[in-house]
Amino acid sequence: MRTPPGVLIFLPFDAKERFTGARASARGAFRSTKETATLSKTPTGKIVMMQGNDACAEGAIWAGCRFFAGYPITPSSEIAEYLVRKLPKVGGKFIQMEDEIAAMGAIIGASLTGAKVLTATSGPGFSLKQENLGHAVMAEVPCVVVDVQRGGPSTGTPTLPAQMDMQQARWGSHGDHGVIALTASSAQEMFEQTIHAFNLAETYMTPVILLFDEIVGHMTERMVLPEKDGVTIVNRKQPSVPPDKYLPYATGEDGIPVLANFGTGYRYNVTGLCHDETGFPTNDAKKIEANILHLTDKIERHRADIMRWKTFQLEDATVCVFAYGGVARSARRAVKECREAGIKVGLFEPTTIWPFPAEAILDVAGRVKAFVCAEMNLGQMAREVELAAKCRAEIHRVNRVDGDPITPKQIIDRVKEVV
Amino acid sequence: MFDYLDYVREKNLPHIWCSGCGDGIVLKSLIRSLKKLGIPKDETVMVSGIGCSSRTPGYVDINTLHTTHGRAIAFATGVKLASPKLHVIVVTGDGDATAIGGNHYIHGARRNIDLTVLLYNNYIYGMTGGQVSPTTPRGKFASTAPFGNLEPSFNIAGLAQAAGASFVALGDVYHVQQLDKLITAAIQKKGFSVVEILSPCPTAYGRRNKLANPVDLMNWLKDNVITKDKLDKMGEDERAGKVASGVLWDVEKPEFTAEYDKLIERLKGEKQAKG
Repeated sequence: MRTPPGVLIFLPFDAKERFTGARASARGAFRSTKETATLSKTPTGKIVMMQGNDACAEGAIWAGCRFFAGYPITPSSEIAEYLVRKLPKVGGKFIQMEDEIAAMGAIIGASLTGAKVLTATSGPGFSLKQENLGHAVMAEVPCVVVDVQRGGPSTGTPTLPAQMDMQQARWGSHGDHGVIALTASSAQEMFEQTIHAFNLAETYMTPVILLFDEIVGHMTERMVLPEKDGVTIVNRKQPSVPPDKYLPYATGEDGIPVLANFGTGYRYNVTGLCHDETGFPTNDAKKIEANILHLTDKIERHRADIMRWKTFQLEDATVCVFAYGGVARSARRAVKECREAGIKVGLFEPTTIWPFPAEAILDVAGRVKAFVCAEMNLGQMAREVELAAKCRAEIHRVNRVDGDPITPKQIIDRVKEVV
Repeated sequence: MFDYLDYVREKNLPHIWCSGCGDGIVLKSLIRSLKKLGIPKDETVMVSGIGCSSRTPGYVDINTLHTTHGRAIAFATGVKLASPKLHVIVVTGDGDATAIGGNHYIHGARRNIDLTVLLYNNYIYGMTGGQVSPTTPRGKFASTAPFGNLEPSFNIAGLAQAAGASFVALGDVYHVQQLDKLITAAIQKKGFSVVEILSPCPTAYGRRNKLANPVDLMNWLKDNVITKDKLDKMGEDERAGKVASGVLWDVEKPEFTAEYDKLIERLKGEKQAKG
């Protein structure tokens, strides 16, 4: 039995043998290899003007997505409207389902035949998708779910931006399990993060959630479509053993199962019930425990590979602004203006939201006086920053839930108060 | 001799169904149909929801997908559209398909996607212990209808027909030879096909409704499920309380995945024409 994964989730730095003795090198490793690692700084290729939602849809095509099921919802509908035209031209399939639940079910079914699959929605639809998202987690079916966030609860503010689904992405579906969720602050990043999401889904055999927001989703801006051969595409593994030796939910050294595509001669069972490595339901306590631990462990043990973030002017900063998505754009401007005024401020922008880059936050917490967490919610990720910082830095918040974007000035004012 | 084990995952037996349950009879009828049609096991996918009937896939040696409550048709739509060469059979129940999954049931029918839906109707939520379902007859008893069901029940075969299915049939677990024919015809049909199968539940439904003995339930089916042709010739009085069986609806109409493939071909042609 492996170490229960909870140790890593809740107490990332209490695992002293891992981090205290070797803190400098561990931190160094995180800082040098992971910052801005996937998001290309100066991509070369074709320059285009693109809306964020369209860039996401185009990224899906590049990643090899050949199946989309969705349901109309503002502010994500452009993704469906882009793909309905594009997919049949590349031999892919598009279907508008009768509801959000059905769309999520349809992509899971399609994924089991080997297709790379996508659905896109916003808050109310994301709530409905939680049921079948849980099925994809339990059955370990790769898929990508986009949530272009608007304000909630309930119907909320359909046409206005928000970032209120950050914690729903982590805990929205019932039961314990690991989650991968990414974010983006530009059309370029929506394109790149979508490709990255497919790669992660195929690598770790799991749903991956793209937590975008209306600001970036509906923003049209310059971006670069890179050279095709410069883009890494990951395809899920297929069995290397004959059907009579095949165990669909057996995990190899990397802890990831290999699911054969339906119709290829490997006849197995997929279920949302607790199951053993054969894929059939079990009531054996040991097997149930192994199943549940595995669903968290398979993400947590790879967290160092999954987590990505960007920093800006953070090296000598005394205050760290924490922001992501559309708000990160205001934060970047705020940092520039503060620097011009002689205030030492930097930006930490997580591009992986889940698993949360707690180790990196703790590292920053040891170097700054305070964090200023700017979010279009009432502090959903500030909670995580506070947990990760372990009282080594003050946590301050800038929150906005009225549907207007957080301005650079709001962040600057807060920074000045803190300094 | 016919060997059912060719299609059965023997290590998963015994099955979970109660003594006197009809679901095993449906399973054997389905296996006979699959074998008769000679469809390769590797190219057959069975998708189910949640409930007693939805445990069927675990016992069948084909590609099997046990989904969430009510959602089997939605998952099956994804399987079939992504890979139209696969034969997709949905196994579901009255609560699964027509209560929580009612939306997917009618829209699958409207879309006329080539799925074969075997809808086991036992008039009750069996797995959860006997709660009233959309098909529990008015006045009958259930754990959540202790004073008798006040609500009218669904005509679920009629619902599929009205929603646009191309093939609708009704069979039962007493008239098994007829059931074989109906399931076979439904699998062969290109389009959304529904076979409503009366598979009564002695444990959760029968015990509350003076039909606890499975033989009584079988006799009820024997006496009350009458072929549509015969029923049409009967007088008004004789027909009261009887259920029409056989093929109730069978029409030809465009099938969704075939139409989609035509679209892909058309767009390919337009692209070539443009050069």
